[in-house]
Amino acid sequence: MKMAVFKRQKSIIPGFGLTMGITVAMLSLIILIPLASVLAYSFKLSPSEFVELITRPYVLQAFKTSILCSLIAALINCVFGVILAWILVRYNFPGKRLMDGMIELPFALPTAVAGITLTKMYSNTGFIGRALEKIGIKAAYSKMGIIIAMVFIGIPFVVRAIQPVLEKLPSTCEDAAYMLGASRFVTFRKVIFPEIRPALLTGFGLALARGIGEYGSVIYISGNSQKNGTQVVSYIIMQKLNSGSVDYEGAAAIALILLIISFVMLFIINILQHIASKRTNS
Amino acid sequence: MEKHDSKIAKWVLIGISVLFFIVMLVMPLIEVIYRSLKDGLELYMSAITAENTLSAIRVTLIATVIALIVNTFFGVVASWLITKFEFRGANVLSTLIDIPFSISPVIAGLAFIMTFGRTGWATPFVDKINEWLGTDISFVFSVPGVVLATIFVTFPFISREIIPVLTAQGRDEEVAASIMGASGFTTFRKITFPHIKWALLYGMILCTARSFGEFGAVYAVSKARGSTFTLPLEIDALYMSGSADSITQSFAVSSILVVMALVILVIRSVVEYIGKKES
Amino acid sequence: MKKRILLLALSAALAVTSLTACGGKKKGSDGLKIVNVSYDPTRELYAEYNEVFKEYYKDKTGKDIEIVQSHGGSGSQARSVIEGNDADVLTLALAHDITAVEEAGLINSGWIEEFEGNSSPYKSTIVFLVRKGNSKNIQDWDDLIKDGVDVITPDPKSSGAADWAVLAIWNYAKNLYNNDEAKMKEFLGKVYDNVLVMDSGARGATTTFVENGQGDVLIDWENEALMTLQEYPDEYEIITPSSSILAEPSVAIVDENADKNGTQELAKEYLEYLYTDEAQRIIGKNFYRPTNEAILNEYKDTFNLSVELCSIDDFGGWDKAYDDFFADGGIFDQVYQK
Repeated sequence: MKMAVFKRQKSIIPGFGLTMGITVAMLSLIILIPLASVLAYSFKLSPSEFVELITRPYVLQAFKTSILCSLIAALINCVFGVILAWILVRYNFPGKRLMDGMIELPFALPTAVAGITLTKMYSNTGFIGRALEKIGIKAAYSKMGIIIAMVFIGIPFVVRAIQPVLEKLPSTCEDAAYMLGASRFVTFRKVIFPEIRPALLTGFGLALARGIGEYGSVIYISGNSQKNGTQVVSYIIMQKLNSGSVDYEGAAAIALILLIISFVMLFIINILQHIASKRTNS
Repeated sequence: MEKHDSKIAKWVLIGISVLFFIVMLVMPLIEVIYRSLKDGLELYMSAITAENTLSAIRVTLIATVIALIVNTFFGVVASWLITKFEFRGANVLSTLIDIPFSISPVIAGLAFIMTFGRTGWATPFVDKINEWLGTDISFVFSVPGVVLATIFVTFPFISREIIPVLTAQGRDEEVAASIMGASGFTTFRKITFPHIKWALLYGMILCTARSFGEFGAVYAVSKARGSTFTLPLEIDALYMSGSADSITQSFAVSSILVVMALVILVIRSVVEYIGKKES
Repeated sequence: MKKRILLLALSAALAVTSLTACGGKKKGSDGLKIVNVSYDPTRELYAEYNEVFKEYYKDKTGKDIEIVQSHGGSGSQARSVIEGNDADVLTLALAHDITAVEEAGLINSGWIEEFEGNSSPYKSTIVFLVRKGNSKNIQDWDDLIKDGVDVITPDPKSSGAADWAVLAIWNYAKNLYNNDEAKMKEFLGKVYDNVLVMDSGARGATTTFVENGQGDVLIDWENEALMTLQEYPDEYEIITPSSSILAEPSVAIVDENADKNGTQELAKEYLEYLYTDEAQRIIGKNFYRPTNEAILNEYKDTFNLSVELCSIDDFGGWDKAYDDFFADGGIFDQVYQK
């Protein structure tokens, strides 16, 4: 049955069966089977219970918070990601190698450490938080705190997606456009932007997906207040599990919605990438 | 290439980047180091040589090494499959592989508990196998559970790095080699491997970095401090221990991970630099 | 090249498995080990008690034992045991969490009778912690509903301390409004409307209030508040409200695991020893109220013993109270989830 799905055209390169076997086996064992359990648990709820649960105001509020904050964070990351990638590729300045090397720090730093540290920095006892408070901005324990944490964890996705594309893009195109009289802004919009658009989308999508499900770095800084709308979806899942009446079905149902969102997003990204790589290869 | 860019634009962009970079990335780093050392070197040393910390380092290393081996093997096999053969469903397959990238670590932990936990459906099978082998292996609340969770979250790291390289390289060389009668393994070793070796190494480095730092998924399947805790969990435990000292200790243990992360990133830069020079 | 890599991988894998293998068998020299799964604030208490108990056991039997501690939110700790965390004894924040493990078939029914005083070797209550000077002049529960008072308290859905606090508020409101349920709900809702940060556990809430400087008042375990006072002597004050609740953290042997691990007797001894004079003094020293009246009196300067305390029996026991207040759609959801 599997073979019917993964049908292939004849290829001269050997090893299709073997590699397909290994890939599907490992994928099933490590990723798919455990995730299927989540699915199975959420189906223990009847459809009406399922709908009733995920449309409860606090659940909807949490989804809204997670999606909205990660959307804003991903957009911020796109702006700064493009600028960072641009200067890392196009310019020379002291400390460039250091900056380039440290972009992946948020990958390597444990999310819990990031969460604790960011909370300390941005709460009104930390030095950035204190400065922000003076101008009337409350950073930690608000939606802004959630966004800050999500910007932190998402930035490498965007920079690393765009960088290789910019490297390949010859500066002669821009030169030509510029010499023909286009302004810098027009050059960027008409010449550079179309080239990096697929990569930017990939980075945006990955940062967004990562942000929506984020737990470790967000829970400390968010404040978890239902009243202020700072509970995120992953917290609601944990809350369902940690309450005295351990609600597996409820947790699984909310997890399922998150899973579907991630999967759809990844699928779109992969298709976009596929289209982009086809275009550059031809 | 900078001839038509006004100097102002260049430095404005660099200025924005540096500001962002310092606020978002450098300052948290300095904060960790500062907090870990503010009560003196003695407390710092005692924190990083405490028995629980050493146990956490051991578990973290075990999980990382195994995750690295498993994922390297899988990453190479899967990316060969996806790029060298044309088949329906390739897109779906590569999306499925990427799931852990964007999945909430909370869900990953939940998935393992629901599968292998005491009430999980796979537990009777695992028990049977244990009985048959005379072993007592459990996949939750144990070191194997921590390893499994770590493999899960780093699963796509290596294939994601290799696939673009292999896509760009195309298949012509492998097809030629196969026509001339080379076996699949020889083809891989002589033709494909030289192309991907830097991407592979880069992927392995990222995989290592992420394994060190995973919190959410591991948190769900590891409950015993000093025996199944990893470094991030130990940090959380110290932070939650309440006294002012233990919070400093928690930052001290964090600094181990920060140093590890920095070392990894330096290695990464060097690898990338050599790789670029060579190509 | 590939062969060498394979060899390397193989040897690495071998090294790792051998490492794990010896790690797994790391027990006390006589192979006796018990796992105590507990809630958040008992870290310091059990760190001290375990050493004393180990010594006592060594003196009595000549055997070395190892005690592994696990701490976390009371509800999530109970869940981990249901899911297979190999606990021999449970020492949780409230009886209901142990009942959940009992319902999963791991603990024999009647556990609450197994040890003295409803299997609760130490008690506590819920108090307020405020910053020195008490600038918002918080004296009692009704001060918490005033405009501009920022309250820090953990999430009743996941924290034992918060569950006790909700019941204490309810008890206060009941006396205030003479059993008028609509007004009582309104009062409870107003308190939670003033909550600024709601962490998942009591320890997280303490950290938010103390380390990160949030809020004007922390609703907290008495033992946590006293410990904070000891850590930061001149920065905080404890305010005891006019009425509160007698919190009874419960202990139990996880029979199924203990029978499997052959630790039933050791586990029983471990929990019984909590009632000895020596252990009761450790309990008092760590700011829990000893059950032994005489020893409680030795610590009468530490605790405010005059405060009027209601008990869980006033709410019909924990199972009923849980269903009424904290289950999905219960009173807490009604007042907080709007």
